[in-house]
Amino acid sequence: MSALIAHQLRKVYPSGLEALKGVDLSVEAGDFFALLGPNGAGKSTLIGILTSLINKTAGRVEVFGHDLDREPEQVRARLGVVPQEFNFNLFLPVLEVVINQAGYFGIPRREARVRAEYYLRKLDLWERRETQMRQLSGGLKRRLMIARALVHQPQVLILDEPTAGVDIEIRRSMWHYLRELNDNGTTIILTTHYLEEAESLCRHLAIINHGAIIATAEIADLLKELRSETFVLNLRGRLTELPALGGFVLDAIDESTLEVEVSRGHSISGLFEALSRYGIEVMSLRNKQNRLEKLFLDMVDHRSDTATSSTPGQPSGVSYE
Amino acid sequence: MSDGRWKRYWVAYETLVAKEALRFLRIWIQTLLPSVITTTLYFVIFGRLIGERIGPMDGFAYLDFIVPGLVLMAVITNAYANVVSSFYSSKFSHYIEELLVSPTPNWVILAGYVSGGVLRGLSVGVGVTLVGLLFTDLHIHSYGITLLIILLTAILFSLGGFINAVFANSFDDISIIPTFVLTPLTYLGGVFYSIDLLPGIWSQVSLLNPILYMVNAFRYGLLGVSDIPLWIAFTLIGCCILVLTAFSLNLLRRGVGIKS
Repeated sequence: MSALIAHQLRKVYPSGLEALKGVDLSVEAGDFFALLGPNGAGKSTLIGILTSLINKTAGRVEVFGHDLDREPEQVRARLGVVPQEFNFNLFLPVLEVVINQAGYFGIPRREARVRAEYYLRKLDLWERRETQMRQLSGGLKRRLMIARALVHQPQVLILDEPTAGVDIEIRRSMWHYLRELNDNGTTIILTTHYLEEAESLCRHLAIINHGAIIATAEIADLLKELRSETFVLNLRGRLTELPALGGFVLDAIDESTLEVEVSRGHSISGLFEALSRYGIEVMSLRNKQNRLEKLFLDMVDHRSDTATSSTPGQPSGVSYE
Repeated sequence: MSDGRWKRYWVAYETLVAKEALRFLRIWIQTLLPSVITTTLYFVIFGRLIGERIGPMDGFAYLDFIVPGLVLMAVITNAYANVVSSFYSSKFSHYIEELLVSPTPNWVILAGYVSGGVLRGLSVGVGVTLVGLLFTDLHIHSYGITLLIILLTAILFSLGGFINAVFANSFDDISIIPTFVLTPLTYLGGVFYSIDLLPGIWSQVSLLNPILYMVNAFRYGLLGVSDIPLWIAFTLIGCCILVLTAFSLNLLRRGVGIKS
């Protein structure tokens, strides 16, 4: 069953900017879905429309079969949203922010308090419940936005750049909690600039660029289609000559650092063997680029270069829209 | 419509009203006290010091005559200020989005903000009335008319404040109407004088001022005298409330000032 369907969504701002050019999107119930795209691609506009914060120009949105135009209350009751920008009354204490949000969803105060305590404890905010919003750090505010979005227990949670500006520790703990929510049946739609985040958390993705969905895919399939990966190798000793290795493209960064592009079908151990034949010993290696990031850049570049929807060399697991 | 839905609406309304009431109560020094102090000064200066030299008006001591207008002036100012300030702040800091993403219908949002304005207006109205009792004995001619007119007036100006907030793009925009429209209309609305005192055409011009009708209807409720027939006052206020409510709901439906 589809948790969310967007059909031919268009948005033209009063300035004349066409932010969405007929977006079609379908997210299955229980999915962990990434919506990726460069800045200004239309991600936030799309999320704004889905969550009733932006008026659409044309198109249709359905959430669990309820139409946003005909049954807006049914749709909103099923959605939780964590926006990109902080949107709090800075003078209210943490607990009141969450209880008020529950109230707007029709949850009586006593029940709202119980739920608020549950989610604030889950997100390590209970000890701060009497703290005014303006006294919270950015990371704590981000976590509070998640607690606030969950207090009515939505079936679909939409997060717009939820970990922007938070430190690694908080980001990891938020990932852990989002996985737990998804495991318990909440459909999650995520936009992020951290492609590592999408690769780590999500099962499906859609890439939006210039107001149109340019690709949708299962992330696992997509990664299988990766044509090459680039590694940075730290070498023991100095490199005097760049060897020619079949299946690998080598580039010397400096005397002891080598960048190697490994084509699909060739293994890392094969690379090591080939290098050892030349007496080159590898001390350590790292991925030059997140794998999804590479694919993402390939796709965005590819779609910028060509207007055709069927191009030789297109990954088979990816559906170009 | 199911019972569950009405219950949800009630909880959302209750939440909004409680939030609004707590907002003005938390900052009572900014919200409740100034009007009470200002009105006390009016009672002292215009009522006691100058009023005794002015003599009776419409058959009442001048202090008694100005009490209804001063109470209503405080109600008008505070009902308007509460909604314009609260709703604009929620726009400015984007926490209006907490409501927009929720299933709370527009009419509940409007009712919640207006009720907040009415509560502050009535709270200040009660405060000013209690101060008035220190200066004069207050006899209420008609409790029904007094309460109804004060309630309708607070609703009307809360709606006005809401519309102002929807269109406001800066904090300057929320002070322009109170300063340049509301205050002059209130002072010229028969708070301090009977329009019978105005020469020639000016008493007719005064009839264009809607606040005149409210002040006089309220004065009728307290003192039993009015320059204006009551039915006209009630009809005018009722029609204004209906028009402003429809206009406000239309603004919310279209997302004017709050949605892109």
